[in-house]
Amino acid sequence: MAKPVVATTSLAGCFGCHMSLLDIDDRILQLIELVEFDKSPIDDIKQFSRQCDIGLIEGGVCNSENAHVLKAFRKHCNILVSVGECAIMGGLPALRNNIPVGECLAEAYLNSPTTKNANPNKILPNDDDIPMILNRVYPCHEVVKIDYFLPGCPPRADLIWNALVALVTGKEMELPYEVVKFD
Amino acid sequence: MSETVRISIDAKEYATEKGRTILEAARDNGVYIPTLCYFDGIAPTGTCRVCTVNVNGRPMAACTTPVAEGMTIENDTPELNEMRKTIIELLFVEGNHFCPSCEKSGTCDLQALAYRFKLMAPRFEYEFSQRDLDATPPKLIIERNRCILCKRCVKAIFADDGKALFAVSNRGNRAMINIDDKLAKTMSDELAEKAMNICPVGAIIKKGKGFSTPIGKRKYDTKPIGIENQVSS
Repeated sequence: MAKPVVATTSLAGCFGCHMSLLDIDDRILQLIELVEFDKSPIDDIKQFSRQCDIGLIEGGVCNSENAHVLKAFRKHCNILVSVGECAIMGGLPALRNNIPVGECLAEAYLNSPTTKNANPNKILPNDDDIPMILNRVYPCHEVVKIDYFLPGCPPRADLIWNALVALVTGKEMELPYEVVKFD
Repeated sequence: MSETVRISIDAKEYATEKGRTILEAARDNGVYIPTLCYFDGIAPTGTCRVCTVNVNGRPMAACTTPVAEGMTIENDTPELNEMRKTIIELLFVEGNHFCPSCEKSGTCDLQALAYRFKLMAPRFEYEFSQRDLDATPPKLIIERNRCILCKRCVKAIFADDGKALFAVSNRGNRAMINIDDKLAKTMSDELAEKAMNICPVGAIIKKGKGFSTPIGKRKYDTKPIGIENQVSS
């Protein structure tokens, strides 16, 4: 039987959740026995090559590209998992959710100490190739259906490992108290 | 001599004294009832309803309901624990609780209850409500994004002359905690520390204090909330 296929991505995240996945240490060798990776920063495959069994999503949705990638993951993955606080509730990027986008952009590109004298034409990024920033940062489950949630900043390596093993083997997931944390 | 009252909690008989609340009687007997707004030594307010139990079939707040002879109390049932978890979820989506950047993370009672009830993600939509913080007090930051309006600080933090430092203004979803500007300027370090510790969440932060205990050694990192009240079976 073919191995289950896993895809991963980081949307508006910091790659900390991916680092935590690598924190399973030598169990990475067992992981490679258990699953294959498709589109993921771990193997640097940029496009989906087939339908995947499990998609791991790090980060929330802060721009149009994030929404596009997330919808592609929903389409190509049978099970989608929100990994980490940003995917679940927007995380630190969502601190801007109470500030109008115009104010955020003005602060970043017009008024900050490093830009106020360096941007005389008061240009805000508006190239077609740059994704549009959304009005606020959205939790992933407000954009597509998410099947499972793994909290943490980052989720403990053991939590990600236990979840992957449970999903692949179909056994009930172990949830020791120490591995479910919000920070 | 106090009068003995017999009650049952989850079909077990306990003896307690008249005048005790259900919560006190339970704790005297090593039975854990989850609480959030309750704080030992402060008169209970009953704002959070996390301690709700069924008394003779009706939901009541254990922290404010006195015991009576023959009371039949349900506490640790799937239905009640699910309702308590729902309250925690509602509090998480109502405020702006960014645990990863919060000074109280790891010692926060709200977070600890979420851990206890194995909350992976709230079922409700995040409100991202508009709240502000007040950093004008010399010793404190009032971070209303995290406030759950339990009123512990209102009931416990007083100046030397007995005046309350904290009060709630407005009503309903506009209610917010405030500190008296003048009294805040007279606050001692000890009182500021007490205010921070009495807050169950990270809404009252003492300036210059925070992130002092490393991850893994904080209050709720390895031990669930409420474990100190339980008698090992």
